[in-house]
Amino acid sequence: MFSRLSEKLEQTFKRLRGKGKLTETDVNEAMREIRVALLEADVNLGVVRDFIGQVKSRSIGAEVLESLTPGQQVVKIVHNQLISLLGGTQSKITVASQPPTVIMLVGLQGSGKTTTAAKLANWLRNSGRRPMLAACDIYRPAAVRQLQVLAEKLSMPVTVATEPGMKPPAIARLAVTEAAKKACDTVILDTAGRLHIDELLMQELAEIRRQAKPHEVLLVIDAMIGQDAVAVAESFNNQIGIDGVIVTKLDGDARGGAVLSVRAVTGRPVKMVGVGEKIEDFQPFFPDRMASRILGMGDVLSLIDRAEQVFDEKKAGELARKMRREQFTLDDFLDQLQQLKKLGPLESLIGMLPGMGKMKEQLKRARIDHSELKKIEAIIRSMTANERADSSIINGSRRRRIAAGSGTRVQDVNRLLRQFGEAKKMMKRLQNLPAGRGKGGFNLPFFGN
Amino acid sequence: MGLFDRLKQSLTKTRAALSEKVERLVSGAITVDEQLIEDLHDALISSDIGVNIAGEMISELRKAVNSGQIRDAGEIRSWLRESIALLMVDDDDGQHLLPSRLKVDVVIGVNGVGKTTSIAKMAHFHQQRGERVLIAAADTFRAAAVEQIEIWARRTGTGVVKHTAGADPAAVVYDAISAAKARSIDRLIVDTAGRLHNKANLIEEMKKITRVIEREAAEAERRVLLVIDATTGQNALAQAKVFAESLTVDGVILTKLDGTARGGVAVAVKRELGIPVKWVGTGETLDDLQPFDSRQFARALL
Ligand SMILES: Nc1nc2c(ncn2[C@@H]2O[C@H](COP(=O)(O)OP(=O)(O)O)[C@@H](O)[C@H]2O)c(=O)[nH]1
Ligand SMILES: [Mg+2]
Repeated sequence: MFSRLSEKLEQTFKRLRGKGKLTETDVNEAMREIRVALLEADVNLGVVRDFIGQVKSRSIGAEVLESLTPGQQVVKIVHNQLISLLGGTQSKITVASQPPTVIMLVGLQGSGKTTTAAKLANWLRNSGRRPMLAACDIYRPAAVRQLQVLAEKLSMPVTVATEPGMKPPAIARLAVTEAAKKACDTVILDTAGRLHIDELLMQELAEIRRQAKPHEVLLVIDAMIGQDAVAVAESFNNQIGIDGVIVTKLDGDARGGAVLSVRAVTGRPVKMVGVGEKIEDFQPFFPDRMASRILGMGDVLSLIDRAEQVFDEKKAGELARKMRREQFTLDDFLDQLQQLKKLGPLESLIGMLPGMGKMKEQLKRARIDHSELKKIEAIIRSMTANERADSSIINGSRRRRIAAGSGTRVQDVNRLLRQFGEAKKMMKRLQNLPAGRGKGGFNLPFFGN
Repeated sequence: MGLFDRLKQSLTKTRAALSEKVERLVSGAITVDEQLIEDLHDALISSDIGVNIAGEMISELRKAVNSGQIRDAGEIRSWLRESIALLMVDDDDGQHLLPSRLKVDVVIGVNGVGKTTSIAKMAHFHQQRGERVLIAAADTFRAAAVEQIEIWARRTGTGVVKHTAGADPAAVVYDAISAAKARSIDRLIVDTAGRLHNKANLIEEMKKITRVIEREAAEAERRVLLVIDATTGQNALAQAKVFAESLTVDGVILTKLDGTARGGVAVAVKRELGIPVKWVGTGETLDDLQPFDSRQFARALL
């Protein structure tokens, strides 16, 4: 476990240990470091206080202070405490015994409700349900249109106001009654974003709730929200009542400490998270990953998950066999590149790794690598099938032809062939290592210089 | 109601929590003690100003107390306000820009912060002062983004240059500049796609847009304005950093100050990156936008 917090705590304890005996005041100093780390991650100050109280009483235990790595011990306690506060295990979306299940999304302006409505619908459909959408945001210009466009993309029914001036509670009710007719068993209500202190609009939500009787009211919050998260979550929960939370924009680099704030003040679990711009970028919530993220330990698990989704297991196995038999060709290489590209922009991957702040330089390099990938692709595509199968036949005149064909320079072709040769050598060495860890494989000999 | 009254009114909720707290502390305290200073520290942190800046302000405060610069507790609040106001002064008077007939404002920012709404408000603001405004609908990415700006533009009576969804945003801007010149427009405002700042393509897209403007409207007064949602925590600083790394960001539009969030992170953005706040958004109607005033802001914050 490597994070800035654990480094800092290690230093604190080292300094303290010089004194011989650790006192409660010393532990307080360590707690101050944790406090700063949590505040930097946007956890609400009040929530931080309570949290520190809990962690402190656990940290005073003798094992921690006598341990050789008290800093890491404390981080572990903090991490575990975060996980249990975030809900320990996953929470599922409730399904009604009598269809239709009605799910209502509420939240501040700009938190991402409309996009989330479509993502949730798509996700539910992929898990075997027949969802439809309802456009209850009649205020923001083009909000209805936005939902219609998304519904169209998904080929999914959407209920909109049938006459001008129709109010959101009526639209919601209409959607629920239409569900059976449209052969749908789940209705997702998109509502207008509103401030938690806007009494009229909050009353409107309560009215929608009364009329549409949702089985789940989900608060949609933006991962970037700051100290105000507590006030927002409390108001929505007290005035409307919420059953769970959806966190959006987790593909950004916000630490997302507000998730902890919301959980702490409402006691409601986070059920799903939005992790990208595409409709499929939507997942269940994993408390342990969120805990790591808040502590700046990076969302390595999500990264691995994504890699596993993208990497074709069969191909990976085939590749391993080829490597063993030293039959790895430029075609296989191209294949690998394609898989790499499917992972998305390298920056977004690096964003999931720990120590983001110090990675600016690497980020810049990663950006170059990406255009480099395109170049390599172009070069390989300009080769004949024979050349790809056996790179040793690529002589000087073939190199010139390939360079011209791919719009690159002969030096570029030379470099690629050299790298390819080196990678083959490297693979030979890799074969002697024990079998690969886990499924999917992460064999990317060409990635990185 | 005057502009500042409106700003003040919408910010009263914002300031209430903190100022009450400070008032209470101050009236009860005879000498400036540790507890009082700690509580002030908390109040600053609750505004999203950030642990670092809060810590520095508090240690400056301690120095001022110890050196006798602050003699009684009653001066603390004004002292803190003053230091925030000083920090937030917009020292960019536009002198470095060539005075020009055509002004181009490019509005950037992450998803949902209020770019499109702010653009409508800005168009309204400038038109009320006699400017001829044109909007470039260069958010070709989000579903129905073009329709959204068109609805606003119809309300304000502003022209919109648009292409179809998914079109090249730089091409929209190119056409908008030609149209601006042909129609002798005073101000072109460019709406852009709101995507997370850690997407490389987004930054490239923004760079491409600003390059087109530099080339096609070389003589124009050009500004890039970054929209920050006051509800955002420390990530707003990361957003500003990433944008400022590849673009010259001239100012911030701080939106959603009509809620209970205080927008303290704008202080961090000003201090760390020197980017001043130019406008504040305080609601969802066309009149809910005011030019920034550092004293007003400081008073509203504390
Ligand atoms: N309360 C409040 N809402 C705002 C403000 N500015 C924008 N919004 C709302 O925030 C949401 C997102 O705004 P939009 O302009 O579409 O954001 P964009 O994605 O950055 O273009 C909309 O519902 C707006 O009405 C503001 O100053 N106060
Ligand atoms: Mg927009």
